[in-house]
Amino acid sequence: MAYSYQLKRVDFIFRNENDWEKVLSNTIKKKPDEIINELISSELKGRGGAGFPTGLKWKLTAESKSKEKYVICNADEGEPGTFKDREILTKVPYKVLTAMAVCGYVTGAKEGFIYLRGEYKFLEEELNKTIDEFQYYCQEINLDFKIKIFMGSGAYICGEETALMESMEGRRGEPRNKPPFPTQAGYRKKPTVINNVETLVHTWTIFKYGAKKFYDLGVQYSRGTKLFSVSGDTPKPGIYELELGMSLQDFVYEFGDGDTKAVQVGGASGFLVPRKKFKDTAIGYEGKLVGISLPTGGSMMLFNSSRSMFNVLDNYLEFFREESCGQCTPCRVGCQQLLLGIKAVKRGEKPASYLDKLLKLTETMQLTAKCGLGQSVANSFSSIVENFREEMIY
Amino acid sequence: MNPIKSLIKDLADLHGRHRENLLPVMQGVVQKEKFLSEYSMIEIAREMDIPAAEVFGTATFYSFLETKPAGKYIIRICKTITCAMKGKNQLLFAIQDMLKIKTGETTPDKRFTLLETNCLGWCHKAPAMLINDDVYTEVTPEKVREILTNYMKENI
Repeated sequence: MAYSYQLKRVDFIFRNENDWEKVLSNTIKKKPDEIINELISSELKGRGGAGFPTGLKWKLTAESKSKEKYVICNADEGEPGTFKDREILTKVPYKVLTAMAVCGYVTGAKEGFIYLRGEYKFLEEELNKTIDEFQYYCQEINLDFKIKIFMGSGAYICGEETALMESMEGRRGEPRNKPPFPTQAGYRKKPTVINNVETLVHTWTIFKYGAKKFYDLGVQYSRGTKLFSVSGDTPKPGIYELELGMSLQDFVYEFGDGDTKAVQVGGASGFLVPRKKFKDTAIGYEGKLVGISLPTGGSMMLFNSSRSMFNVLDNYLEFFREESCGQCTPCRVGCQQLLLGIKAVKRGEKPASYLDKLLKLTETMQLTAKCGLGQSVANSFSSIVENFREEMIY
Repeated sequence: MNPIKSLIKDLADLHGRHRENLLPVMQGVVQKEKFLSEYSMIEIAREMDIPAAEVFGTATFYSFLETKPAGKYIIRICKTITCAMKGKNQLLFAIQDMLKIKTGETTPDKRFTLLETNCLGWCHKAPAMLINDDVYTEVTPEKVREILTNYMKENI
């Protein structure tokens, strides 16, 4: 019997709508509280990967007392396997700008920044044109909100929100200690909302169509849709908007090449799921009762049976070793040692049991690294080593 | 005034002289000069009244702020997983063969620098390559030869 998969394709994000002026002017007729409540009831969570409730973030920033506040759109999309934000900024930039302006209205911020990664510099010119057009309309409706682009210069770690702010302040992109969180002390130590590009577009959908429309999509704890960046061994690589809560099995039926061995969910800092666990894995935020739930920034990389998982892990570790900011020891030295360690095992210079020592090291990194980069190396490392141990050795 | 000095002054006038203007100023120098020399960094420090060590520390953190001399065209080949799987090594070989340089080197005529870089965000169209700010995707060795030939013809 043929398997009937049930991926739910949706088309909200890239739907081309030319009524942003109306959406903006109608939304800011509402009280800030109303807008925040709408966002909270939609249960929208951050789409960059961490999944913090967006309504709450805006609320906390709105409640912070300061004359100076900021809105930042995080377009430092650097996670391997993610490329959705570029597409959003190319196709529907006005949705992002509108959402930023509404956020400014809600929180009391007068300035917004788009932190665009250096690799996407070719977008800058076109985006600046859209911003000019947008600012013109803001003036017309007396909305005091300015948006500027801040260019990054090639550093993965600057996607981490506090590292991004350090970078904007003209420093090395080294993450800060939290707390204080950006909602209290962000850019220039002032209350700041920082949202992923995609998250902002979802707020646009909620402003236009209402929270219920968004809430009705997805499953419990994982409401709404998500953009997935599909790459690797697949006949149809690209960007797809799907409802959250799908099973990985369904995903592979749709996107696999018939020989899928494993899927990396969430990029190099995410998890590798082997074939035998496809049907127990759902894509969404934690809180489902059965099976494993994997949150993701949307990176889905498929590997078929011709791929060596050792090479995959080697590639990730090299990535982390280079991109670690070097500030804290667990991450700086940990990434180096993990890379040296798996190579030594592969060459037979270390016994297979050395892999267990390395797994312990990743646990330490998870507990002691300062930011998400060092903490999440354990995700891909342990999921690859535990599921494909033999490939690490032979 | 020497050209680098006046470039830095113009950039500082344009962006401002606060610490948060440091990155845009450095990016402006790199855009024009292709890299930040020691002289440029000291000059930026002087112009913006920031310790030179801080300027150096910040510059060396960012992979797109080169501190070594680089060619007019900086070729960056994505080496992260999907591009690695889809043949970035063949691209590297083709380019090395054509320009007679190794990865990390600059041609003697200072026109091309060949580098590898981390994920460029084009995994669905791998392998990907940047030449300065321009993106090339689904590049094959044949295609890359063609692209480079066009760059070589330029401004001769």
